[in-house]
Amino acid sequence: MALPTYATPLERIWHWTYLVICTLIFILLIAPILIIIPLSFNTEPYFTFTKDMLSLKPEGFSMRWYDSLMTFGMAQPGAPRDAAWFADMWANAKWVNAAKNSIIIGVCSTILATVLGTLAALGLSRPEMPFRRLIMATLISPMIVPLIITATGLFFFYSSACVPQGSWAHSILRPVLSNSGCLANTYLGVILAHATLGIPFVIITVTATLVGFDQSLNRAAASLGANPRTTFFRVTMPLILPGVISGALFAFVTSFDEVVAVLFIAGPEQQTIPRQMWNGIREQISPAILAVATLLVVFSIALLTTVELLRRRSERIRGVTPR
Amino acid sequence: MATPLDPHAAIAIEAGGVDGPLTTADGQPLNRALSRASRKARWRAFMLVAPLLLFIVVTFAFPIGQMLYRSIHNDGFAANMPQLSEWFAETEPGTTPDEAAFAALARDLQASAEARSIGIVGTRINYEMPGTRSLFTSTGRKVRGGIEPPYREALLEIDEDWGDPSLWASMRNSSTAYTDSFYLASLDRTRNVEGDVVQVNENRRVYIMLFLRTLWLSALVTLMTFLLGFPIAHLLATLPLRRSNLLMILVLLPFWTSLLVRTTSWMVLLQQQGVVNDLLIWLGVIDNGGRLKMMYNQIGTIIAMTHILLPFMILPLYSVMRTINPSYVRAAKSLGATSWTAFRRIYFPQTLPGLGAGALLVFILAVGYYITPALVGGASGQLISNMIAEHMTGTLNWSMAAALAAILLGGVLILYWVYDRLVGIDNLKLG
Repeated sequence: MALPTYATPLERIWHWTYLVICTLIFILLIAPILIIIPLSFNTEPYFTFTKDMLSLKPEGFSMRWYDSLMTFGMAQPGAPRDAAWFADMWANAKWVNAAKNSIIIGVCSTILATVLGTLAALGLSRPEMPFRRLIMATLISPMIVPLIITATGLFFFYSSACVPQGSWAHSILRPVLSNSGCLANTYLGVILAHATLGIPFVIITVTATLVGFDQSLNRAAASLGANPRTTFFRVTMPLILPGVISGALFAFVTSFDEVVAVLFIAGPEQQTIPRQMWNGIREQISPAILAVATLLVVFSIALLTTVELLRRRSERIRGVTPR
Repeated sequence: MATPLDPHAAIAIEAGGVDGPLTTADGQPLNRALSRASRKARWRAFMLVAPLLLFIVVTFAFPIGQMLYRSIHNDGFAANMPQLSEWFAETEPGTTPDEAAFAALARDLQASAEARSIGIVGTRINYEMPGTRSLFTSTGRKVRGGIEPPYREALLEIDEDWGDPSLWASMRNSSTAYTDSFYLASLDRTRNVEGDVVQVNENRRVYIMLFLRTLWLSALVTLMTFLLGFPIAHLLATLPLRRSNLLMILVLLPFWTSLLVRTTSWMVLLQQQGVVNDLLIWLGVIDNGGRLKMMYNQIGTIIAMTHILLPFMILPLYSVMRTINPSYVRAAKSLGATSWTAFRRIYFPQTLPGLGAGALLVFILAVGYYITPALVGGASGQLISNMIAEHMTGTLNWSMAAALAAILLGGVLILYWVYDRLVGIDNLKLG
């Protein structure tokens, strides 16, 4: 991006203007995310910097909003912080419960999406695959179709897809269905919905990894006497693993961040972090939301780092040199 | 022919010579064996995809199909008012209701009131003609004990609204289980007394305006992401890889950050008591009395959506720009083109595939946006998705929500098809 020595003065001026514009756009991209971090340490219930904060006095900062994340919803938030207090927090605090739900739903839907998505990606990247384009477009469509439409459809489906009460299927499926035998207001319903939404990401990342995959490695393994299963686990899997893991992380983030479907198909028991945030923002927005947001930003930084490291590793082991 | 060292030794040509069919070593015709093998390979590949395909059909395609069905099917009236529905089926639109019609109405009202389904009937007519639900429920209460002929006089005595021709038009519109009336309503149309399609009253025309607003705001957001994303993508594509990878993190971090977090931070920034207003006051651009209202209106929606969708524009642009050979621009300049001409005639046309991919993706995602407009949009920043949600959770007019969703879905699928044609779904990249 360096200017050539023969650049005219006008070109020089434009070059520097351009760099300034780019810097401003980068600030626009990143500042809204970073600015909530200091604001979450506010002592006052405001969304702006107080005088104490601007002069960097320690009195201007506090952990009170982080503390409120633990105490909100507790039976006795004021009790001394002993084992009973922690048990109370673990059982009753709303944000803690929301985090537990988000993790349960996120992990289960990620496993489902990753297993099904990886298998499908393996099939889709075989040259013999019939109707490849159409099937690929169908499998990616949950990412393209507006969430509100998916949520609406699932709402109708889940309230109509019911196992009749008293039937043998009802007695088996009872633990995962609601009292009326339907998928609405159940963990299973949310997990299935989130798996659907995460699948396109798994397919995209895994097929991208398989583009550089040398099919003759599989043939070599087979010619050396490995059966298809051994070939898959000993040859294919280690090579595509970075892609599978980044796909899984994408699927997890999709579930972890999803609120529209949860609003439509989940009951009060399946309160997740995004839904708790949504309620908080709509009712009375307090800096406690900023504390959650800060934790989520830290979480996404960790995920982004992981994915970047995986991508580099994948490029290295596949022998793809960075462009 | 086949020698023992020939790699094709398994294929022997039959004694018939060159004219005979090729066979495999175990004597089968080669073309049949080949087609069997390739069928088997196709089947194997398909079996890998089949579980997921089944999963998507059950948890995604079927529910959406069910929703589409609901947009054309609503038997709230037809199922509970069978005799009147039959009278409507037998007569032409515009027929003045005679005593037979009132008799059918009275008997149906009585039966429906006794079966406690009169509320469903009233709700169905209320969709067509707001404010009529109570007419049904209150009349239902009165006729539950029985109603004497002449029915016309008796019903008009209970409520003279029963003689209203537009009420009869609404009932006629609802009298079939399969109906296009929700699609007509989505386009601000209805059927009048004569059965012709006409526009609804001016004060009730909302949907076309909402569709147009959704398209217009999405186009604006797409333009904004282009204006902001193009310079960034260009900078990233021309920097040495090490430095551009570092700067790329600034693009990818927002991409990985929760949507609600990003929306929240814009709410915090754009508030009237928020950071942006404080900053502008400190800079002396505005005074304390003139704090800008940037949230709960279209400005808030546009700013937040532009920021959230910007990575979807930058990533495809960047991957195309990386492949552009810089020597073309140098060649143009050496042939006497100014920097601007070289950019306009040589560089920019080469970025068009990335630009098309990014713009389509941003537009598709923007058209269906729900969360951000719902939180920062206020009244003027609501999009069609918000109206669907309102019908789902507020007015509970689910058929209307389904019809609006079907129209939105149709539009998105057309754009998706265009995307697949132009860009190819395989080229979708995530970071």
